Amino acid sequence: MSTETYEKWYRQDRLPHIYCTGCGNGTVMNCTIKAVDAMGWEIDDTIFISGIGCSSRAPGYITTDSLHTTHGRALAFATGVKMANPDLHVVVFTGDGDLSAIGGNHFIHACRRNIDMTVICMNNMIYGMTGGQGSPCTPVGKISTTTPYGATEPVFDLAELAVAAGANYAARWTSYHVAELIKAIGAGLETPGLSFIEAMVQCPTAYGRRNKLRQVGEQVEYMRSHAMLLAKKARLEEQGKEIPEDMFTVGEFVRRYRPAMGVPK
Amino acid sequence: MTKLEFMQGNVACCEGALAAGCNFFGGYPITPSTEIAERMALKMPKTGGVFIQMEDEIASIGAVIGASWTGARAMTATSGPGFSLMMENLGYAVMTETPCVVVNIQRGGPSTGQPTMSAQGDMLQCRFGSHGDISTIALVPSTVQEMFDLTVKAFNLADRFRVPTFLMSDETIGHMREKISIPDSVEIIPRKEPKPGMLTYEAEEDMIPGFPTFGKGYRAHVTGLTHNERGYPDATNPELHEALVRRLVDKIESRRHEIADYDAVNPDAETVFITYGPSTRTVRQVLHDHPDEIIGHLNLRIVWPFPEDTLKLFTNAKTFIVPELNLGQMAREIQRHVTGQQVISMGRLGGTIHSPDELYAKVQEVA
Repeated sequence: MSTETYEKWYRQDRLPHIYCTGCGNGTVMNCTIKAVDAMGWEIDDTIFISGIGCSSRAPGYITTDSLHTTHGRALAFATGVKMANPDLHVVVFTGDGDLSAIGGNHFIHACRRNIDMTVICMNNMIYGMTGGQGSPCTPVGKISTTTPYGATEPVFDLAELAVAAGANYAARWTSYHVAELIKAIGAGLETPGLSFIEAMVQCPTAYGRRNKLRQVGEQVEYMRSHAMLLAKKARLEEQGKEIPEDMFTVGEFVRRYRPAMGVPK
Repeated sequence: MTKLEFMQGNVACCEGALAAGCNFFGGYPITPSTEIAERMALKMPKTGGVFIQMEDEIASIGAVIGASWTGARAMTATSGPGFSLMMENLGYAVMTETPCVVVNIQRGGPSTGQPTMSAQGDMLQCRFGSHGDISTIALVPSTVQEMFDLTVKAFNLADRFRVPTFLMSDETIGHMREKISIPDSVEIIPRKEPKPGMLTYEAEEDMIPGFPTFGKGYRAHVTGLTHNERGYPDATNPELHEALVRRLVDKIESRRHEIADYDAVNPDAETVFITYGPSTRTVRQVLHDHPDEIIGHLNLRIVWPFPEDTLKLFTNAKTFIVPELNLGQMAREIQRHVTGQQVISMGRLGGTIHSPDELYAKVQEVA
């Protein structure tokens, strides 16, 4: 990103940010700003909205009007903003706990309504802000402060959930896949209706440290080596080959043009 | 020219909202408030506004707050169980100073309670229900006409004070049908814009900052965290937090006598009824039946912030009798403000209202 873009879209007086050394959230924020800037959107026509958690502090660093709301409810507030003034571009930052646990109901209904906004979930597989409790996205067997013997509940596949609930666009990448992530966010911003981009991110402080991924590089490498392209998964399934349980899929899950709400006239 | 109509209370509330320029309604169906959502669903598309049925009451008030930030006059309507669900986001509206109108057509509680019966059990919840120290404004209609008038007033107060404002009605008035006169137009007090050069959360002399509507170039940051005058979070600064919360409370409480809206009848009486909502009607009947001016009546149309100076209007008062459809929620507040005078709570549950005979019997018992 050029220095000019950086200076334009960020609140310089808010730096330094609160993210820990090695956190992946800053990468996702930068990818988003790059994609938004490429759309040619004006700062004063763009609104960033978030809930509660590490991910949700991002709008506080961005120059636009920004609404940092209550835990899990960002999409409800965003629905009000977008429906009341469809001319505004709405981007929501959320996290795996914010979106899929406390905010799960709002997530599926925002997808079902297919409201014209882009939702970016920084999935660090943990509650980072509160110090590392298990979330609906903590993989089975992984350690958190509330799963001290290993998580036992199955994880939510957020991108698949968005597809099933009706979103027009859904993709999943990681903070390792920067180029793909920018492209996916750009596609999301372009597509009318609800666009959902899940960005897997490293959290060395709250997740990696308890799960033998203490070094930032180790966790990023883990994401690289355990991310499987959707096309590859389909190919393996066709061939009847087994897919290792610890792999997760990345790529574009859906891009469609169902009727959407809140689209500018 | 005004027009006369025969109308249901809940419908009159919608007509008041529309007259006041309400252009966003987010809601979830709940008895006995449902007619409001239904009426708004019918009317909003025809008046250029937005109606959206949300997935629950948490989302309803969230959407209302979001809409308000785009400059909309936004409203929701609910009853007890939904009102309880709204509490967290209502605290957010207080903290972020977001104008919005919340109509509560009260029914019997706790829990699912009596969905189709009348009650006033949420009078303290609208004042103290959200966590932290807050102050809000609550209006209570006792006629269908007031459902219209006070809904208009609620929008103006919400915008002026930048605070969630409650129309605390109940099943009786919500479902009652009576004559109402609807004016051609109503007074609309617009939201104050920020003065040039002022920060987005910098309060003016009236303790209220101008409202930086989204999309107008103010580049406001809005957060429920303790924030400075720029709107930026600063949640570990004790002095900042105290100053912010005191301002949010004081901007309402310091103007409680100016906000007050009431009728004081027979101010020389020794025995005085204090009512709000349906009990007002019953006391008026008692006064009509016993027109000898020995019974005083204070009818409150605004109960929060509580206008305690109105009690002093009754200079000879020895006894205040407070008939209400709960176990004495406002009687408790009144008790706080009197010394040497008796406060008799006539709390009533079950869904029906007091009879005039019952109230008059209490006057005789006291005298």
